[in-house]
Formats: sequence, structure tokens, C-alpha cells
Amino acid sequence: MMRSELTRSVPAATTLPMRKLHETPGSGWRAVRAAMMLVAGSLMLSGCISVNAPDKPIVIELNINIKQEVIYRLSADAANTIDKHPEIF
Amino acid sequence: MPVPMAPLARKNRPLVLGIAAVALALGAASAALAQRDPAYAAARAAGQVGEKTDGYLGYPSPPPPALRSMVEDLNIKRRAVYSEKAQAAGATIEEYAFTSGCRLITQTAPGEKYEGPGGNWLTRSSAPPQRDGRCP
Repeated sequence: MMRSELTRSVPAATTLPMRKLHETPGSGWRAVRAAMMLVAGSLMLSGCISVNAPDKPIVIELNINIKQEVIYRLSADAANTIDKHPEIF
Repeated sequence: MPVPMAPLARKNRPLVLGIAAVALALGAASAALAQRDPAYAAARAAGQVGEKTDGYLGYPSPPPPALRSMVEDLNIKRRAVYSEKAQAAGATIEEYAFTSGCRLITQTAPGEKYEGPGGNWLTRSSAPPQRDGRCP
């Protein structure tokens, strides 16, 4: 009697009566989380939309690949070269 | 520290002044030795030729044929020098030429023309020239 009673009275964690205990708060959090996701998603979406192309035409500068550090490195050498060739500068 | 440093600087002042005088004299000598062709010098002073940002000479206004051939010759010579020096420095010709252009624009005399960072021709005043942001 006692053995059968025990096995019957302890429900597994997956059974409905156990889940019902946590169902109410759980579903509330799920709703909040879903709402947050929706807000975040809409924010990201609106963020993406607000990135507009510049109104000025895009100018491709050919000298852009000349790095400032290279110019600094060459500066003294170039100055020396200019001083040594006064006839062409 | 400033106490012993001050008399030292005072003691070296004639030496410093001497070095400055020698440097000035050398500068004047090199300026006197500058063998700029008179026609080229005149074209520069007249604003017919200007320094571009890329390290070469350009024309703020359409040039007469004689001036054009002279300036093209100078640009070819400049390119040869840039090429040689760039190779020695491990840089590209464009990098070396651009760096020289920064310097050449600084060295323009008031009244001479130079290319501004926006690609427009400007006349050098006594104020520092407008240069590319990467110029040292």
C-alpha cells in the first residue's frame, strides 16, 4: 500500500501539476522578454534605416593611400634633396 | 637643476650665436647659389607657375607653349630625382614627391601660387600656406 502510494503521489517534474506552480511567473517574464526583444529589434531596425548616404558626392582622393607616418619619415630627406637641386625646385 | 644649467647656457651663448651666424651665412650662400632659370623664376613670381600638392609644378592659368615646355622639362627632372631618392628611402615616387610638395609649398615666396588642400590655386601671402593635413 505505502509503496504504491508513494510512487503515485510524487509526480515527476515534467508533469502538469509541477509546471503549473511556475507557469504564471514564467509566462510573465517570457512576455517581458519578448517585448524587450521587440523593442531592441525595432531600435536596431530604425538605427539601420537612419544611416543615410552622405548628401555630398563621394570624392575619391588618390593621395589617400599616402600615410602621414611615411611623410614624416621622408620629410628630412626630401628637404635635403630640395636644397641640393635648387635649379629644378 | 635649473641653477647649474643657467650659467652653462650663458657661457655657451657666444658659441650658439656663432653657430647661428654660420648657419645664416650658409643659408644665404645656398640661396645665392640657387641656379633657378631666370625665365622660371619670372614665371613663378608672375603666378604663371605654381607648386602643386603632389610635388610637381602646375599652371594656375593656361601657359604659353614656351613656358609649358620649360615646366614639363622641370617636372621630368623632378620626377627623376624623386624616383632615385624614393628608391633609396624605400618609399614610392608618389610618397616622396608628395612629401617634397609639402616642403615646396612651405618654401613658396609671397605672391607665388600654390595648390591648396582642396585642389584650388592659392596665392602665397606672408602667412603660412594652407597645406594638406598630413604635411609635417
